[in-house]
Amino acid sequence: MPERWMHSQVALGLAQAMVVCALALAVAWLGHLRKLALGRETAMALVRGLLQMLAVGLVLVWLLKGAAWWSIPALAAMCATAARMAQSRLKSKAKDFANHGPNHGSQGYWLCLRAIGTGSAVVIATMALTRVIAFRSMALVPLGSMIIANSMNTCSQVLERYASDLKLNAGRVEAALALGASSAEAALPYARNATNAALIPSLNSLRSLGIVWIPGFAAGMLLTGSDPVYTAIYQFMVIAMIYAASGVTALVAASGYERVAFEGERLVGEQ
Amino acid sequence: MTSNVLLRAEGLHREVGANSGARSIVREASFTLRSGEVVAITGASGAGKSSVLRLLNRLDAPSGGHVWLAGVETSAMDVRELRRRVGMVMQQANLFPGTVAENVGYGPALRGEALAPAALDELLRTVGLAGYAERDVAALSGGEAQRVSLARTLANRPQVLLLDEPTSALDDAAKLVVEEALLSAIKGMEGACLIVTHDAAQASRLAGRTLVMREGVLRDDTAASSAQGGNNA
Repeated sequence: MPERWMHSQVALGLAQAMVVCALALAVAWLGHLRKLALGRETAMALVRGLLQMLAVGLVLVWLLKGAAWWSIPALAAMCATAARMAQSRLKSKAKDFANHGPNHGSQGYWLCLRAIGTGSAVVIATMALTRVIAFRSMALVPLGSMIIANSMNTCSQVLERYASDLKLNAGRVEAALALGASSAEAALPYARNATNAALIPSLNSLRSLGIVWIPGFAAGMLLTGSDPVYTAIYQFMVIAMIYAASGVTALVAASGYERVAFEGERLVGEQ
Repeated sequence: MTSNVLLRAEGLHREVGANSGARSIVREASFTLRSGEVVAITGASGAGKSSVLRLLNRLDAPSGGHVWLAGVETSAMDVRELRRRVGMVMQQANLFPGTVAENVGYGPALRGEALAPAALDELLRTVGLAGYAERDVAALSGGEAQRVSLARTLANRPQVLLLDEPTSALDDAAKLVVEEALLSAIKGMEGACLIVTHDAAQASRLAGRTLVMREGVLRDDTAASSAQGGNNA
């Protein structure tokens, strides 16, 4: 292995990671004792997370030093992966979902990609074009990845909540349709609940910023000598961008799911 | 006789599933409903009675066949207008969270109209719930909820009222109260009513004519003789 990868900082990082993994596995063991069946999933997630971050670290070495446009395919690939992950989470609710749309496998992927891609692209492009984010890979990739990751979570939460609420309230939705409501009118209370619930984490982040938590990279900026006031404003801006991207993602996901769940003002799959 | 045909179905059928898994839940439904008439559809569970009603207001899409409302083929009508004119009360009340008044006013509100207080009071009186306007629907009994559901449908002033086993989820006492409300509502309607029930006694109490559905087939002997009227009504 190249010497530079094994320098003392990397070795220290791996040792620290092992300590944290041991703590997480201890929590999983406690869960196992309480019959919560967390063990296998936790171990898999830890190994996967560590390997992914090591791989990303290696990629970032050349990506962050590369031309700004390199970040475009990198962010697009992140969006595609995020859509796949959001869709795979939905598969765990396949039964609920299947009741609300035909061919949901491929539809689900494109729905997630459209929502995450639109939400992320609108915000990243606007911020880059207005120079709020520097047009450099060093800035675009890390900030873009944060925006994409949050959009992914929002997308999953909107779709899961919307699907289960529509299924749970199918009788009310059909009652509304039978009274002459359009599908959008009949589904409005559930679309509203799903988008509000999915945006709560982002909204809480905005509300509690600087009071309950200080984002990790704020500390990084301060350590590298940034002005504390500028650092604070920049943190607010990043969290606000995440909220904006999540909002667009939630709206696109909800309207997209509506087209899957309804067909010709009828709730698909209900009898 | 043929001039007052309000609703006519001809060769209506519906298949669900695809390819080898396809099955018919309504094999054929052909019948007529005249103005002022109350017709009951009875039959065993799973015969397809409720499925026929859902085809009439297009809550489900028919696989084939035709329905005419006052001489106009319903496939050519705006589905929202069709559902306003062909109202439906379901087995469960399915009330929306809020007050009785908000529920009853839902249909008119969709069209940007507010239900006048006098009209609301009249509807609630019809279903035996005078003074209930501001009650929260969460606090209603099953029978009361079903009567609110009936008033909510009547607020759209439908020409045809479809009743899908409206008392099947209620106990005997509540069933009788809801039946009284139904009779009162039907008497006040200018259109016609089609009620699905598995209870033959209820069919005879509420309806003037009973059709029996067997294994997805519903045929009305008077339908053929009224064919001309269905198109020209």
